[in-house]
Amino acid sequence: MNNLESDTQDSSPNTSDPQYLTFILENEEYGVDILKVHEIRGWAPATPIPNTPPFMKGVINLRGTIVPIIDLRERFGLEALEYGPTTVVIVLNVVSERGEQIMGMVVDAVSDTYSIADSTLRPAPDMGGVISIDFINGLATIDNKMVIILDIDHLLSAEEMEVLSGASDMAG
Amino acid sequence: MATILAVDDSPTLRQMVSMTLKDAGHTVVEAKNGQEGLSAAQRQGVDLVLTDINMPIMDGITLTQELRKLSNYRFTPILILTTESSTDMKQKGKAAGATGWLVKPFNPDKLLTTVKRVLG
Amino acid sequence: MSIDLSQFQQVFFEESFEGVETMESYLLELDSEDTEALHAIFRAAHSIKGGAGMFDFTTIVDFTHLVETLLDELRSDKRAVTPDLVTLLLQSSDCIKELLHLAQEEDNSTPEQVIATKQQLQALLSGKELSGKELPGEEPSGEALSGNDTSSESLAALEQNSEASTESQDNTPEGWLVTFAPHPEMLQTGNEPLHMLAALQDLGPTDITCNAELLPDWTEINGELCYLSWQIRLQSDVDRDEVEDIFSWVEDECDLTLEPLTEQSQTAPIEAEAGTEQHQSLPELEPEQQPAIQPALPSTPAQPDKSAPTEERRRSDRREKPDRRGTMDRRSGGEATSIRVGTDKIDTLINRVGELVITQSMLAQIGRLESLEGPETLQRLQQGLAQLERSTREIQEDVMQIRMLPISFVFNRFPRLVRDLQGKLGKKLELVISGEGTELDKTLMEKISDPLVHLVRNSIDHGIEMPEQRLEAGKNESGRVELVAYHQGGNIIIEINDDGKGLDADKILEKAREKGLVGEDEEPKLQEIYELIMQPGFSTADEVSDLSGRGVGMDVVRRNINELGGNIEIGSEPGKGSRFKITLPLTLAILDGQQVSLDDQVYIIPLVSIIESIQTPEEPVNAIAGKDPLYCFRGNYIPLISLRKVMGQPEATEQEQLIMIVEANGQQYGLIVDDLLGQQQFVIKSLEENYRKVEGVAGATILADGRVGLILDVVGILRLYRRINQRRARRGDNVIRLNAG
Repeated sequence: MNNLESDTQDSSPNTSDPQYLTFILENEEYGVDILKVHEIRGWAPATPIPNTPPFMKGVINLRGTIVPIIDLRERFGLEALEYGPTTVVIVLNVVSERGEQIMGMVVDAVSDTYSIADSTLRPAPDMGGVISIDFINGLATIDNKMVIILDIDHLLSAEEMEVLSGASDMAG
Repeated sequence: MATILAVDDSPTLRQMVSMTLKDAGHTVVEAKNGQEGLSAAQRQGVDLVLTDINMPIMDGITLTQELRKLSNYRFTPILILTTESSTDMKQKGKAAGATGWLVKPFNPDKLLTTVKRVLG
Repeated sequence: MSIDLSQFQQVFFEESFEGVETMESYLLELDSEDTEALHAIFRAAHSIKGGAGMFDFTTIVDFTHLVETLLDELRSDKRAVTPDLVTLLLQSSDCIKELLHLAQEEDNSTPEQVIATKQQLQALLSGKELSGKELPGEEPSGEALSGNDTSSESLAALEQNSEASTESQDNTPEGWLVTFAPHPEMLQTGNEPLHMLAALQDLGPTDITCNAELLPDWTEINGELCYLSWQIRLQSDVDRDEVEDIFSWVEDECDLTLEPLTEQSQTAPIEAEAGTEQHQSLPELEPEQQPAIQPALPSTPAQPDKSAPTEERRRSDRREKPDRRGTMDRRSGGEATSIRVGTDKIDTLINRVGELVITQSMLAQIGRLESLEGPETLQRLQQGLAQLERSTREIQEDVMQIRMLPISFVFNRFPRLVRDLQGKLGKKLELVISGEGTELDKTLMEKISDPLVHLVRNSIDHGIEMPEQRLEAGKNESGRVELVAYHQGGNIIIEINDDGKGLDADKILEKAREKGLVGEDEEPKLQEIYELIMQPGFSTADEVSDLSGRGVGMDVVRRNINELGGNIEIGSEPGKGSRFKITLPLTLAILDGQQVSLDDQVYIIPLVSIIESIQTPEEPVNAIAGKDPLYCFRGNYIPLISLRKVMGQPEATEQEQLIMIVEANGQQYGLIVDDLLGQQQFVIKSLEENYRKVEGVAGATILADGRVGLILDVVGILRLYRRINQRRARRGDNVIRLNAG
């Protein structure tokens, strides 16, 4: 009986498949590896850091640790939105050349979690869009929706390079 | 179990001796030099004294001599911790009234068998 | 029983590194017949050897043994202390340190330097034995090359000696007939015949006869003397040595004979009464000192073959090196830093925590009340809170105190450095150290060490003249380098002073012009010229010397000090000497700061950097064309920097403006802020942990409302400001700006 029952739940993918947390940004759905998600919290004003690009919103106090927050919309060159009560920050553990760092990113809203088999990921075509394909691990299709799986380590550490080169100009 | 006074200026030795003996159920009193060892022995009775020879302030030979002068330590086993390079130290130690010696380096097992040998 | 030795290893390394330092510092003073120093050095070497032996660090044992032997000769006046000898011993202490480091990393290799030093030591020691003459500091001779053999021999001898030798001269018999007659006084060295008999029983089945013939009349018995003797038949195939070993402590205090047992003698009938007799006599003999022992020998449970396997095991232990090392590896798990803290500090802390617990329960009691009405309750609450505040502050101070170590940890390396440089440069030097007891944070200590070494090297290399020049200048032949540490208003000051020739301003300026650091038409003030030596890309030495020119410039020194939240000032007087004064915060974890604000953002300026704050200046603010406004402060014109601009904040709507006069590495400037808030202590948090270093910002902290506040780096701000100006100048942006006035 038991076996039958579990067999019937065929629609749910294998539990060993990686799980992704998805969020919405300008009506698109993006996914990040759920193991990298530290926590999800509401927006609270951050302390601005001088001479950084506009998408660097500053730093917040996360239980005694100083955590930088970036606005993903602005990072991708999308129109900046006013922050409201529904604005969400996804706090992530990022592995960069500096080691493991905690960073937060502001997104429009958190959507769902899915298990997605690696084999079902499709390579992203270079759409010349806002996000360089360098930061995309692949595209997944869930219920006829497209989910863009982000390479968060790459995205947020490459971030650093941007910030560093951007800093000199900002200071002028 | 016995109360043992361990006198050595080396923290490594002290810690090793002390932990080994404590694990074997003994009570250990530690001292950093002969002077401290002597006061400790006067303050409380101990059943066995283990002492290094080379120590600042008061060496192990003097400590042995001083202990033997005290009426309650005339027969107490006193073992000197000595190294292979100082065989004449064994003789000096014996002359001062030491019961015997334990040759450094020793490991915890050797320490325990030696202690057993004097305490029975 | 098997005990894991590796648990003691951490202590061993700590102790041994301290021991090496002790050796070094005493060796540096070892000029006369300082017996106390010699003893201390000997003890240190001795302890290192002893400890190393425990952990089977044979290379260290082997090497330290030679050092110890040499020291023993010095100690017993068999050899005289010579400068060459001291140099060799210093070199040896370096080797020991190196070997300890290698042992820590479980590296079994022996560095070249160690091999060479070992040969020198062996040559010295054997040279003495052969010729009976002193050959201090001789070059390694031919025989030294065979030194390795000697050392392995001595090691072998050592091994043999430290373990009971298993070699036996006799053919192994089937047993031993032991006659053991203690001298009457044997008991007075704490030896107990009973234990020896018991030890024999451990070797195999025994058959013991007691001889009580010498026992005097009951009334004449002296309890402190031993009147008995024993004959023991031991049925065991153990070696003679093993039997003798049991009596090794008392060989001079007894008559002992050992005869191999033949087949026949073994079958001799067992004398049943032997044990009984002993049972009777012994307790009477030593009634006072052995009350606990009711040792009827026959009742002692026989533990056959116990000590033999122990020996076995010990020996095999030694061979199991790889395994043991493996365990150590897991234990040590990288180089965990630790601090040795005086127990008094811990005790104080425990007391404070005790107070805190009391306060907590008092407050909890109030918390359980139905209402807070009534003046008494309020008063109690206020009292409790005041107490809580005090306890918190005190605990904070105490915990910080635990991290504090005397600066002698750093200063101690300088005598050696100076001694080495003296030899290399042919200069005569005198090092004066004071305030070595001044305490500072452990982390700071580690980080300030290298900059200090650089500064001292610099003073000796560039400052102190050669002896002839000094004499010509009417100075003492030996140059004096002073290292001073002291506390001043919540800061640590470290000064490096020398009485050398001072900084050559003309030469510095010339060089700076050459390097384009100073424009042709610029005429910097003397102090500004001195500051130039700390500019990146500046080096005053005509030729890069081996000493100071190691790729690290004074600019790196300054940057390192700035990164620690400190400052460095340069003072110099031609012909008289120079002074480098380092100001450091007491700790890296807590900062005394002044809060200032721009709109709703709060920034913290380290109190160390602040000279004065001035409300709406009345003195004229002057502006030079194309440059930022200047402000006349105490007769000097200093630049005014808008914090808003530097921090990239939007321009101010007319706010009441405040000028904070701050000092960065001797350069004063005014920082324009909106408002002045309170002063307090801040716990410094790292921005770099999750982000990166930000120019102009030294770190972050959590403000009382939970927000993050940025701690300003006054040196960085000046740098940032200059960069902004340079960029503007490059862009040909010559618009006169008076926006800060």
